[in-house]
Order: sequence, then structure tokens, then C-alpha cells
Amino acid sequence: MSPSVRSSRLPNPLSNPLRLTTFASPVRFHALTGALLPWLWAVCLLLGAAGLYIGFFVAPTDATQGDSYRIIFIHVPAAWMSMLLYLMMAGWAAIGWAFNARLASMLARAIAPTGAMFTFMALWTGALWGKPTWGTWWVWDARLTSELILLFLYFGYMALVAAIDDPRRADQAGALVAIVGAVNVPIIYFSVKWWNTLHQGATISMTAAPKMASTMLTAMLLMTFAFWAYAFAVVFTRTRAIVLERERHTDWVGALVTRRPGEQR
Amino acid sequence: MSAIPSALGTPSLDGALARRALLSARELACRRGDRLLFSGLDFEVCAGDIVWLRGANGSGKTSLLRVLVGLAGAAEGRLDRDGAAGHAVYIGHANALKDDLTALEALQFLARLQGLPADADACAAALRRFGVHGRRHAMVRTLSQGQRRRVALARLLLAPAQSLWMLDEPFDALDTDGCATLREALAAHARGGGGVVLTSHLDPGLHDPEPAVVQLDEVAAR
Amino acid sequence: MSRGVFGAIVARDLRLAARRRVDALLPIGFFAVAASMFPFGVGSEPNLLRQLAPGVVWVCALLASLLSVQQLYGGDFADGSLDQMLVGGTSAWTIAVAKAASHWLVTGVPLVAATPLFGLLFGLDAAAIATLALSLLLGTPILALLGGLGAALTLGLRSAGMLLILVVLPLTVPALILGAGAVVAVESSLSPRAHLSLLGALLIFSALLAPPATAAALRIATE
Repeated sequence: MSPSVRSSRLPNPLSNPLRLTTFASPVRFHALTGALLPWLWAVCLLLGAAGLYIGFFVAPTDATQGDSYRIIFIHVPAAWMSMLLYLMMAGWAAIGWAFNARLASMLARAIAPTGAMFTFMALWTGALWGKPTWGTWWVWDARLTSELILLFLYFGYMALVAAIDDPRRADQAGALVAIVGAVNVPIIYFSVKWWNTLHQGATISMTAAPKMASTMLTAMLLMTFAFWAYAFAVVFTRTRAIVLERERHTDWVGALVTRRPGEQR
Repeated sequence: MSAIPSALGTPSLDGALARRALLSARELACRRGDRLLFSGLDFEVCAGDIVWLRGANGSGKTSLLRVLVGLAGAAEGRLDRDGAAGHAVYIGHANALKDDLTALEALQFLARLQGLPADADACAAALRRFGVHGRRHAMVRTLSQGQRRRVALARLLLAPAQSLWMLDEPFDALDTDGCATLREALAAHARGGGGVVLTSHLDPGLHDPEPAVVQLDEVAAR
Repeated sequence: MSRGVFGAIVARDLRLAARRRVDALLPIGFFAVAASMFPFGVGSEPNLLRQLAPGVVWVCALLASLLSVQQLYGGDFADGSLDQMLVGGTSAWTIAVAKAASHWLVTGVPLVAATPLFGLLFGLDAAAIATLALSLLLGTPILALLGGLGAALTLGLRSAGMLLILVVLPLTVPALILGAGAVVAVESSLSPRAHLSLLGALLIFSALLAPPATAAALRIATE
């Protein structure tokens, strides 16, 4: 449990030697992320612009799918992010549960909506890809279906955590659900893949992506890093809000709220 | 730090019987939600003690009892329980009786859960002691609140002699006869070397042994 | 002592179900009505119904199981029995397994027994009906175990029923795919052995991992 800081001057996060748990304190976390946020947004915008430019203007037109394939520069990175963020969410929630680290649980809660958003983005960009290529808005392809179930896993986590009033019980129950979900994701994916091959007629597959020219790969990597920066920025912003709300009884939050406008941190 | 003295001068206890601690708590702190209810509580229950937890509504009596029993974790501090005394018998605010069982079946189930003697004779005798023997084959659904409380309390008579009893508002809903029976049972248990921790907003009316009082309001105020 | 407690909990739950027979059979009633709705929705063409049958029966069994699992712990939580179970020195693991066992005996077994009837309603042949019953025999314990986990997580919450279904349903997808897939295989004159073995493996996996998770959820909820 981190003690509430008694002085009204906010601590400089780097004035003490750095330890692994230095930023486990909500105070220091709030201070550090405040400094990082502008840089994260800058990186996100730069990489995103570069990635989109290369993807939509520089990469060559595909022989079979024409220009409509370009949506994969958003679809694939979004899908990667959705899965990665689920693992991060489960990981931080587990750390918060195991070590009774409140900040880790707050981080997990902040990741969930962003992860769900990326999953949703992967789903509708998948639909946008499917329409011009195969004439239908949705295909029950193994990967898209797994993304759909992942979205439901995110919803389950968010709904459970929102339904429990006691913050400690909510954190712990959420961690359990996230871990159970993470353990089940491989099982679900493989069973869905098998299901997909069983029922004849599912010859349409999202794995029929065009062979990667190097510019395409560059664009996808740039977009992935841009999404990473975006995710960091949004998750940190959300976590800061959660920190302020949960720690509203402490002195340092009171000092933050009552300091005069224009005063430097 | 208030160290609560064990009930002093219990003439009924044999001097040779070592007053071993059935339960000891050090620096206990209890949290509900975001609120710290109290902290720094030192507490000891020895063989032959009756401890009465008092406090205003919301001061944490039930929470403390749940921590002592092991249903909830303490926010800080440590708790040591004498394992040789067996598990504590905990009777909470709720009676834990299923509506669709008979009184006898309900008592037998609860006894079986805690490894207490659960045969029909022992349970019927316990029910008789608490004055509900005549209703032992009636569905719990048909019993009054006071009768249900008596059935729930009957479990105490099945517990071993030197066990620890943790009772949350045991006198609730009992009439004068029921209260008298309970007082006798508590006194007899303490004389036999067991320990009792109970919460009650009314004076339990015990005199031999005199209960040691823990005033939770004072602990919390520090 | 844990064997005694396991038996005591299962015996008590069975006795309670016997005394409330109507309540205990409500899930079967739901299953029957829900499964019968489908022909009204999709038409009574025999080939179509035969194709739909495995999926429809499995999904209705899923929903019937999950809708009834919430009072597995809810009643005991409300009247303090759950506290008594946890205090007695029994591991929460034993309680979780005992509760899942009693839920399966009260809801799962009647569901399996009812499948031949629905197989006939949907026009399945004998081999398909047998496979469907077998797949449900393996699948309903999985549903009881996962449902118990959901019930323990949502103990005492508002809208616990819906929340439980939202949390648990995605986890049951593999069982659904394997179970219904077994029947589809038999209907295409293929062997269902692969599906059923995998379903069995899933059952073992759930039986090993769901009880400790449920025990943890019970501790979280009662603390």
C-alpha cells in the first residue's frame, strides 16, 4: 500500500534512484505520465501519418485485389493490438492481484476499453475488406470469428468490473476473469479454426492476403507502432483519471486540485 | 495500543489448567471498501474467556468477527489461532438454515460441514436443550425467527469443550427463555475451558465469568 | 473429512431439489420451449431441421444450464450457508466441485435424458441421437463447471444472471463447437471419435482448472 504523500509539493520522480517499483506509486505515475503524454501523441501522429501515406499512396496496387486491399494496413495492426492489449490487461490485472498493487489493477481497467476498441476496429475493417473482395459484409472466417469472441471477452471483463462496487473486489474478480479468458483464448482460437474447416463452403479466408512487398511491410509496421503509441497515450490518460478518482481522499490529489492555475508542477 | 486483559479472576478455572490462548491478534486493522474501520487492535482470547465486542453501528464488529473466523483477511496485523482447539464455531447474523429442510436436517448438515457429531440423537438432544425439540421435523420455513435462531444456536452444544465460539448478535430474536438457555450454555462453555467472542448491542447479562469488553469505537478513534 | 463434506453438500442439494421439484425442472422446461421455437422461426422443412438440430439443441442446453446456475451459490450466499461452508475448514475447492456435481445431477442429467425426444422432433436418426446424447453427457459437466465459476464471480451482484451469461458464454464456445460438430460428423457418415475425444479432454481440462478458479472467486466474493 503506498502511503499518502503529506507534503503539498509534488515529488520529482527522478530525484530518488530508480527501482523496479519506483513508478508503482500513483503519485509518481501521475507525474511521469503527465510528462510523457505530449511525446506519445507526437510519436503517434508522426508514425501514423507516415504509415498511412506509405500504405495508401506508395505501396503498389495488388494484382488480384486492386486498391481495396489497402484496408489491411489498418486491419492487421488493429488485430495485433487487440490481442496484445488483452494479454497486457490480463498481465497487469494478475500483477495487481498477486502483489496487491492497486496501480497495476487500475492500469488493467484502463486498457480494457482501448483493447475493445481495437478489436471492434479490426472487425469492421475486416468487413470493409470483405465487401469489395467477396461481395459480403461479414464472413465467418476463423480469425474474424475469433476476434468477435475476443470482443465478447473484453465486454465480459468490463461489465463484471463495472458491476462490482467495492474497488478491491472488482480488481480481483476482473483479474480472475482476464486470466481465465487469456488461458482460454488459444483453445477458443483452435476450436474456431477447426470449426471453420469442418463446414464446407468456408473457402473464403482472410489469410489470403497479398504477398508482402517490402513497402507494404514497412507501412504495416509503422501503423503498428503508431497504434502502440496511441494505446500508451490513451491508456495513460485513462489511468490518470482513474488514479485521481480512486485517490481523491489523499493530500497530493487535494494539492493538485487546489493549486492556482498557471502554477508550474 | 490497547491490550485487552483476559477476564481476570475466573475462580472456576483450575489453577493447574494453563490459560492458553485460543486466539491472539496483534495490530489488527480492518478495512471495508475504501474505509479503514480500525487499526492497531491487540486482542487475546484465552481458555475460559468471554469477550464482548461493543461498538456503534458501522464500527466494524461484524467485520472483525469475520476476520477472526477467517472469512475475511485483515488489512494489517497478524492472527494466531490454536489449531488444537479445532475450528471455531461461527454463528453469524444469518442463521444459515435452508427453508426446505427440517430443523433436524438443517442442524445435521451444519454439523457435518464442521466435523461435529451429526447423528440424529446428538442433534435431537441439542435441539431439546434449546427448546425446539418438538419442531425438529418441521420445515425451517414454518419456524418463527426466534425458533430459527434457537436451531442455529443448537450447534454450539455439539462443539467440543475447548473450542472457540464466535457469535454475531446471538441474542437477536430470542425470548427470555432462549436468552437464559444461551447464557447458561455460554457460562458452561467458559467454565469448561472454551472461549467465546460475541458481539451484542445489548448487555449479554453474563456474570460468571464477567466478559472482557472491547470497545471498538475507542479503537477506531485513535 | 472433505469426502464427507462433499457428500453432505451434494446430498443436501439433491434433497432440496427433490422438495422443490418444479423449480428443479424449470431448466428442462425452458430447454423444451426454446428448442421448439426454432421450427416456428425457420420453417418445418425436414432437411433444414435435421441440419439445424445439433446446434439448436446444444445452444438451448447451454442457455438452460447457464440460466439456472446462478442460484447455485446465490441462495447459500443470501442465507449465510456459504459462510458456514467456508468456515468449516473444507477447502473452497471441494465446495466448488460439490456444487458443480449437484448442478450437473439436477440439471445436466435430465437434459441428457431429454435429448432423444428432441432428436425425434428434429428428425435425427438413431446414430445421431446417440451421439448427441453422448456429446451432451460430456458437455453438461463442462457447463456446470464453467457456470459455477461464473456464479461465484457474480455472487450478490445486480443483474448477476445476465452478467454471468455474458462472462461465461464465450468460454463455452469450444465445447459447443466440438459437441455439435460430433453430431454433424455422424450425419455425414464420418466418425465422431475425434470430436468426442477432444470434448473429453476439454472436460478433464475444465475439471482440473475450473474448481481452483471458482474457489478463488468464492474467496474474493465473500471477503
